[in-house]
This record gives sequence, C-alpha cells and structure tokens, in this order.
Amino acid sequence: MGNKYFHSVTLDSDLCRGCTNCIKRCPTEAIRVREGKAKIIDERCIDCGECLRICPYHAKLALSDPLDRIKQYKYPVALPAPSLYGQFGSKVSVDQIIAGLLEIGFCQVEEVAYGAELVSRAFAAFLKENPFPRPAISSACPAVLRLVQVKFPELLNHIVPLNSPMETTARLARARMVDAGYPPEEVGIFFITPCAAKVTAVKNPLGTGKSAVDGVIGIADVFGPLSKAINKLEETGNLRQSTGKGVGWAVTGGESRLLGDIRYLAVDGLMNVNQVFEEVMMGKLKEIEFIEGLACVGGCVGGPLTVVNPFVAKARILRCAQEVPPVLRELPPRPNWQDLLWKEKIHPVGALRLDDDMSVAIQKMETMERISESLPGLDCGSCGAPTCVALAEDIVRRQADEVDCVFKLREKVTQLAEMMVELSSKLPPSIGKKEKE
Amino acid sequence: MAKAERAKPLIMNFAIERGNFQLAGEASSKIKGRLLQLGFPGNLIRRVAIATYEAEMNLVIHSYGGTIEARIEPGKVTITVNDVGPGIPDLDKAMKAGFSTAPEEIREMGFGAGMGLPNMRNCSSEFRIDSVVGKGTTIKMVIS
Repeated sequence: MGNKYFHSVTLDSDLCRGCTNCIKRCPTEAIRVREGKAKIIDERCIDCGECLRICPYHAKLALSDPLDRIKQYKYPVALPAPSLYGQFGSKVSVDQIIAGLLEIGFCQVEEVAYGAELVSRAFAAFLKENPFPRPAISSACPAVLRLVQVKFPELLNHIVPLNSPMETTARLARARMVDAGYPPEEVGIFFITPCAAKVTAVKNPLGTGKSAVDGVIGIADVFGPLSKAINKLEETGNLRQSTGKGVGWAVTGGESRLLGDIRYLAVDGLMNVNQVFEEVMMGKLKEIEFIEGLACVGGCVGGPLTVVNPFVAKARILRCAQEVPPVLRELPPRPNWQDLLWKEKIHPVGALRLDDDMSVAIQKMETMERISESLPGLDCGSCGAPTCVALAEDIVRRQADEVDCVFKLREKVTQLAEMMVELSSKLPPSIGKKEKE
Repeated sequence: MAKAERAKPLIMNFAIERGNFQLAGEASSKIKGRLLQLGFPGNLIRRVAIATYEAEMNLVIHSYGGTIEARIEPGKVTITVNDVGPGIPDLDKAMKAGFSTAPEEIREMGFGAGMGLPNMRNCSSEFRIDSVVGKGTTIKMVIS
C-alpha cells in the first residue's frame, strides 16, 4: 500500500464517534472503524463524497481551498460550475452571480457552462469520427472515473478520452489571460465546485496531464460572501455569455441531450451507476451508445459541497437553461476534439486484489469464504467492517480478527465459561477424590 | 514447486430457476466480483461475465431449471452449465447466430435474439455442448 494517492475527503477524528453510518454507505467499502474512529482505505476511496453527506457528526471533511486562497494571486479568475447557478432564488440572475464573483475578489469570470458546450460538441464529433467501443462512457464525473478504475477495469477503454468542462475552461481562461498580457505566474484559476471529487481531479488528474486549475473552492464556501455581495449589487449589465445548453450540464441528462441523435442512458447516484456498469459488463446494454454516469443524485446539483436541495436546484437550472442571454460568446466554427484529447492512458487500480500471486489469492478466498460462512451474516457493522463478508476479507488480509465480531466474541466467552465450570470441578489426584453427589 | 500444490481451484455453485428473470445476472455478477479480487485481467473478467450471463438467461428462458458451476484456477475459469431438460434437438442449428426457439412473449421482452449460444462460444477459449432431448443440456466453457 505504498503509493500515496491524494484524497479530497478526509476525517476529523475529534468529531468522529466511530458509528457505522459511513462504512455502510461507502460504495467501494473503503471505510473501516478502527479504535473507535473511521479510517479511509486510500486505494479504494473514489472521493465520491457520499460519507460527507451521510456523517451525522460532520466528521468528514473535503479538502478544498478556502476562499482566502485567491489572495495569493494578483489576478484570480473564477470558473463557476454550472451547478452554482442553481443555488440562488429566481430573483437572482446569472448576470448577478457573475457580478457578485467579481465583487468578492475575482478579477475575471469564465463560465464553465461555456466550456461544457465545447466539450459536448467535441464528444459528439469524437464519437462520430472514431471507431470506439460502445457504449462510450462519459469522462466528466471524476468519481465515476475512479469507480471504473477500481471496480470495472474492463470498461476503461470505453471512457471517452477528452478533457472535462472544468479542465477545458481552465485552459481557455489561462490562455485568454496570458494573451491579454497578464503575467502567467500572477494568474490564479479557481474552480467553484459542487463536489470534492473535482479537488482530486485537479491534484491527481486522470488522463489530462497537469491541470490548468490552481485552486478548487467549494460552492458552500463562496455561498455566504457571494450572497452578501449579490444583495448589495446595483445594475449589472449583461455578463452571462453561456447558452442554456452548457448550463444544463448541472443536471443529469444535460450532457447527453447535447450529443444529437445518439441512444444514450443517463444515470445518477453511484449505486445506480454501479448497477448499470454491471449490466454493460454482461453485454446486456448493446443498444446503448453513450452512458452519462454521475455520482450524485440529480447530477452535479446534488454535489456534497452544494447548499441548496438538489431538486430545488434542478428546477432552477432548468429555468436558467431556458433563458437566452442577449450576447453569447461565440463557439469556434468547428468542434475540435483533438485539442481536448487526453495525453495519458488511465490504468486500472488493483485495490480490491487479495494477493499479487493468483494462486495465493485463490487460497485466501477459500479461507475467506469459510470464515464468512461462520459469521452471523447480520452485517451489523460492530466489527468496523460494512458487512460480514468484508470482515472475512479483512481477517484474511490480517487487518482484523475473528473475535472483532461481537457474536464470535460471545461464543468464545461462553466456551471459556463452560470450560471454567468444568475445570472447577476437577481436583489434582494428590488432593483426593471428589465426593460423588 | 510448492505453487502447484497450492493451486486448488475455487468452486462457485449457483442454482438457476426457470422463468426467474429477476435473479438472472446474479451468478455473473458474483463471479465477476470474485475474479476482480483474484486479480484476473479485465478482458477475461468480461468474457466470463458475458458467457455466464448468457448461460443464466438460457436456463431462465429455455430450460426446466439447472445449475452453473464456476471453477476458478490461476488464469483460467471453467464454467459448467447443466440443466434438466428439455434438451436441444438440432445443435448445429442452435449454434447459428440468430436462430432462436424463444416464444413470442420472451422476444417481446427483448430477449431470445438467437445470440446466446454463439456469444458463449465467442467468449470461450474452449466450448463444448452436449444435449439429449428429454434429458438435458450440458455446456462446458473454458475461458483463459
């Protein structure tokens, strides 16, 4: 377990009470409770943020940047995710949101919604012009990408190898600033994110090579100052330049709908995505050409770092997507997927592997099955593992003990007690014969 | 070498009921999960998953019920499918892509396209099918 992988989800052990809520909800079974505190298994964590959402004690933290970090740059540029537009009531326009971002310290705003539209066009062109295994799988959600890496290595070659809207917009923004004469080292590109997975996508980019994003700030962290700034605004003028198409990416299906005449499937919620991938793997979804899989229910509006209820936010996004701003930023005449093409291949992570030697792994699995049959099968979680099967696996991996199971412990205590009773009636021969009752 | 001694195969058994569409896919999914933990390469896992799923569907649609056994050895998976009838009268025909005896109601559900057996053969390194009308069908697939 030597390789260090950065994770944007971490634990505040002072707040953690060692309850079993997170271990039960983690889609990759990446959390255990050890010594009364939750512990994240790095290789398995996909940064989906499900535990951030479920923890009743708010002990899980996202390692995003505080808003103050923008002060480290002379020219900070804000890249609002389309989902930010769904966080405000109907009286607040996108123009005002952009003006508000300029008020709270950013010198420039580049809408990711614009980049999203570019990416959609590139996806469509890429799929048309390249022979590619079907169903093609969207690369937009970083948690889903990691899920494929960890649990579905056989589907890695189905992932469309093009940069995400965030990365595409960041590169455009940086180029625009540099072209305008700003010194590159003084320009800071900040993505305003609905989720923790995007933080990881910047620190540990998959496929894209080094990210053009310098910092990632959670929507929840800008929400307060931004709302205040918006309240104080007077006339803003026309600042929004993105079409409803790009804004629609914030909700499930928004991305797929832009791909034109293609048979797509849009699925959200990691457990659901997991099930759909299982079906792909069995060859069940032959008629589907494209899968948009999003980790959060509702899509990015359901991200763990958002503020507003995802369904409310969705309704707002759909309204926002219908508005047509008077001035639109021009799209390049032809989609150019080549510019967005990934530089690196992504490889499977063998995080679930029992052993590097397959025959040893088979042997371990035998043992694991035997242990698992002897466990009560209640999946109570008291042992710190999400299920009895997971405990059996931990035992085989020498990371847990059979008596970590309260039922097994009780069984052992009973056996011991019976043995003590039995032994107490025995006397050494030198003392004498016990009288018969 | 000590290794040969250790390499006792792992056996997984599944009973498949006729007409139970809800559970079809469960054997495939469970075997897939195991292979991933054992470190099998992606493309092999996928071939096993497809072949097993097709076998499950065949048992659900055509047979009176049967069993699937997965025998897992390093780098090699053997899937044995047994059913208790009705048996296939013309194996050559059954193996042809697009040939199907599935009744209308099954086709309406989107199954029975006549690709099951050909798919299973395509996924296998070794494929053997035996059938006796009135007794049952046995399929052995080696995927390595």
